[in-house]
Amino acid sequence: MERINPRSRTDRYGKRINREPLPLLAYSLPYASILLGSLLPVLFISAEMPLMPPLGFMMLLGWRIMRPGLLPQWAGLPLGAFDDLLSGQPFGSAILLWSLAMIAIELVEARFPWRGFWQDWISAALATTSYILLAIVFSGAKLTGAMLTVSLPQLLIAVMLYPVIARFVAWLDRLRLMRIRVVA
Amino acid sequence: MAPPSSRRAGHSRKAQYSVFTGYVLAAVGAVIGAVLLAISLWRPAAFSDVRGIAVDAVEPVGQVGAEARSESSGVVGTIRDYFRAGSQNAQLRKENELARLRLAEAEAVIQENKRLKKLLGLQDQELAPVVVTRLVGSTASSTRRFAYIGAGRLDGVRVGMPVRSPRGIVGRVLEVSSNTSRVLLLTDSESVLPVRSARDDTVAFAEGRGNGQLRIRLVNLGINPIKKGDLFVTSGAGGYYRPGVAVAIATEVTNDGAVARMVTDPSAADFVAVEPIWQPELVAGTQTPASTELGAGGSGN
Repeated sequence: MERINPRSRTDRYGKRINREPLPLLAYSLPYASILLGSLLPVLFISAEMPLMPPLGFMMLLGWRIMRPGLLPQWAGLPLGAFDDLLSGQPFGSAILLWSLAMIAIELVEARFPWRGFWQDWISAALATTSYILLAIVFSGAKLTGAMLTVSLPQLLIAVMLYPVIARFVAWLDRLRLMRIRVVA
Repeated sequence: MAPPSSRRAGHSRKAQYSVFTGYVLAAVGAVIGAVLLAISLWRPAAFSDVRGIAVDAVEPVGQVGAEARSESSGVVGTIRDYFRAGSQNAQLRKENELARLRLAEAEAVIQENKRLKKLLGLQDQELAPVVVTRLVGSTASSTRRFAYIGAGRLDGVRVGMPVRSPRGIVGRVLEVSSNTSRVLLLTDSESVLPVRSARDDTVAFAEGRGNGQLRIRLVNLGINPIKKGDLFVTSGAGGYYRPGVAVAIATEVTNDGAVARMVTDPSAADFVAVEPIWQPELVAGTQTPASTELGAGGSGN
């Protein structure tokens, strides 16, 4: 059989016989990718206004929406704490907002169990928008109208970016479940 | 797509409890976050140590990013310059002539300055920078405008020191950890800096507006002497920044001052220098309550 079609015993996750996913990879990749998302905006210098979308939060949303049940409900606490250390927001702002987002998405999911692309995008867009606006409120600076106008480009970029993030999360999910470990 | 059925509790007590526990834990997380947030809004320096450790750990990645950034901007600049070479050449020749004249004038001014300073008995001292380093990162997704530099306590950086690029002031050190420091950029809405106009001696404050611009607020209200294109330099008031360093250029005149743009663009700056606090005694003085006598061991900052 293999001489006719060498891929006959494989699927998108690799060989089917005698192999299984690596537990370490399967459980750590979601967290690692969210932490990287928190880290990435810090490496860009923007002295004028916030332009980078909150990538850490968007990765969290992506994993939460694409793979319900993979991240525990309390995942916002540790992941948000890491984001707070780097994002420049007062410590605690992301812990609070990420935890609230996890609860909110859980409620949306319970209310509308049959989801699709558009509904996912809308709920992610609503979550991102309220996250960015609330983050401005909690930033510890005096609130001005200028801040709001200046956050509009960031908001737009973040909302438009969600489908890309979702595809990326789906790709990471396939990578996560690759059958790498050889079972004796 | 419906969520996986394992998450629907059904009649199973165990499943019901685990769903409920999930909600409780998430709510507890939110409450912990709210408490921490309240603490750090009340005392902004509360978690600076932990933050410092995290940024220290990330700093090597930031250094790589900084190098890549400086090289890529160089490539784009080179291509752009190639296309504009002809017209630029003519323009530069004209500017060069003017600059030569101005240089002669400036030398005369320097001579006069020296003479006057000698009369006053002032010493002409050049401030050597504490350390020259790179910007390794910034808070690009937050409304607050902070930057991280790749030098910290071990390099002699202390809280309050001014940070400048070759073109002008970038900001002021806000938090220091062992290998990195957090810089409050001029454009942050909490940043205030005493300035004066380079043309005349109009004194003002340059405040960040949080949208990339600075607001120049005149100290003496009345007729607004600012014109579009005026350069503002540090005035030296307050004791942090030494006087005469470029800060901003007025782009729009308003009733009580002007809207200005930073002279230096930190994202284009290759290296930044951390300078010592210009007059530490003065800074200590402003932080000491009027009732306490200076030098009597008050706030030893």
